[in-house]
Amino acid sequence: MDEGRNVDARGLSCPQPVLMARKTLMELGSGEVSAIVDTMTQVENCIRTAESLGWTATYEEKDECFRLIFKK
Amino acid sequence: MNKVNRFFASRWGIIAVGAVIGIIAALLQKLGNPGNMGICVACFERDVVGALGLHQAKIVQYLRPEIPAFVLGAFLAALLFREFRARTGSAPIIRFVLGMFAMIGALVFLGCSWRAILRLAGGDWNAIVGLAGFAIGIGIAVLFLKMGFSLGRSYPAKPVTGIAMPALMLGLLIFAIWYPSPPLFKTLKPVTGKIPPGAMYAPVWISIIAALVIGFLAQRTRFCSVGAVRDVLLMRDTHLLCGVAAFFAAALILNLILGQFHPGLAGQPIAHNVHLLNFFGLVLAGLSWALAGGCPGRQLFMAGEGDGDAAIFVLGMMSGAAIAHNFKTVGTGPNAWSAVIVGLIVVVGIGLLARE
Repeated sequence: MDEGRNVDARGLSCPQPVLMARKTLMELGSGEVSAIVDTMTQVENCIRTAESLGWTATYEEKDECFRLIFKK
Repeated sequence: MNKVNRFFASRWGIIAVGAVIGIIAALLQKLGNPGNMGICVACFERDVVGALGLHQAKIVQYLRPEIPAFVLGAFLAALLFREFRARTGSAPIIRFVLGMFAMIGALVFLGCSWRAILRLAGGDWNAIVGLAGFAIGIGIAVLFLKMGFSLGRSYPAKPVTGIAMPALMLGLLIFAIWYPSPPLFKTLKPVTGKIPPGAMYAPVWISIIAALVIGFLAQRTRFCSVGAVRDVLLMRDTHLLCGVAAFFAAALILNLILGQFHPGLAGQPIAHNVHLLNFFGLVLAGLSWALAGGCPGRQLFMAGEGDGDAAIFVLGMMSGAAIAHNFKTVGTGPNAWSAVIVGLIVVVGIGLLARE
């Protein structure tokens, strides 16, 4: 997956992770995007935003972080 | 557990929790907390700071158990749901300064965003002006965010860093139980004929249980009065706003039932009607909270989750309370305008300078 489809929002305060994910999802419009965040709060926020834009979202916990995969 | 998590993360989850917090706030007022102040994070932190002798305003010195119990409720929720993560390193000194000026601004208005909503739910129309300022402050922060504002990343830290604030709060809670009311207030009552705010409080154990419940539920749902406005302005996302609306509606309904709704501008409890100060006080506070990533309640709950930066913000707010009372910047105090102007210059400066 190329650089533009990966969002690294670890350690950032609200609302930056959601803004970063949202910007990428809106710019790309479709396909597959991944994001990495470090709190469940940001997982929930990103999923809510992605779903509002018509993307599906899944996540898994890995090495104290969460990897989100968005598809459309 | 997954089902529970899904409910808390849902719109109905945040609405239910907002309503529960509103009900508890109105009940705490009925049981003894000051007028339109069933809960006020800023005022309660200020009272705690006073009880510790860090400011000398004798009428607002009481070790409010709600503050430590908020943090500990969130701490328990974070442990139980495996969300406790010690972290720090995202511009702690800037967060301290933001906390300081957030408190100074809130104390000019005489309340944090939670109390602004509760004041409105109690019929204090001055809160409308304050909430307008609050929204404008968040709006300014949104502009900074769009320009690339960031305080940088936090990083995983040793567990002791994350436990420090909950441990400090446990110490305060022990003090609150062991020594619930400095005897000073008891002698103040008959002398002044008017009960000072620091002498108005719900029974200690009820306050503790109520605040533990709020801390627990707010941690689960990420209830945030600043996020409520910010997310609407930034992304038209009304999720958190639904929670805050439920908080307001529940408090309003219960206030009407309990006879705690007294509409008007003048003579409101612990309030003033100098509109410009009310407005700009909460412009300063709203901007500071939004730049720090959450309202004063949310900062307490994040501190309970192990966020060392939120903990520093809380300590900044507590220092701001001492400064505000020692320098007479509270309410319509002689230095209120100077403090608001200096605060706005500093915080706008942070907004402009801290960019990616």
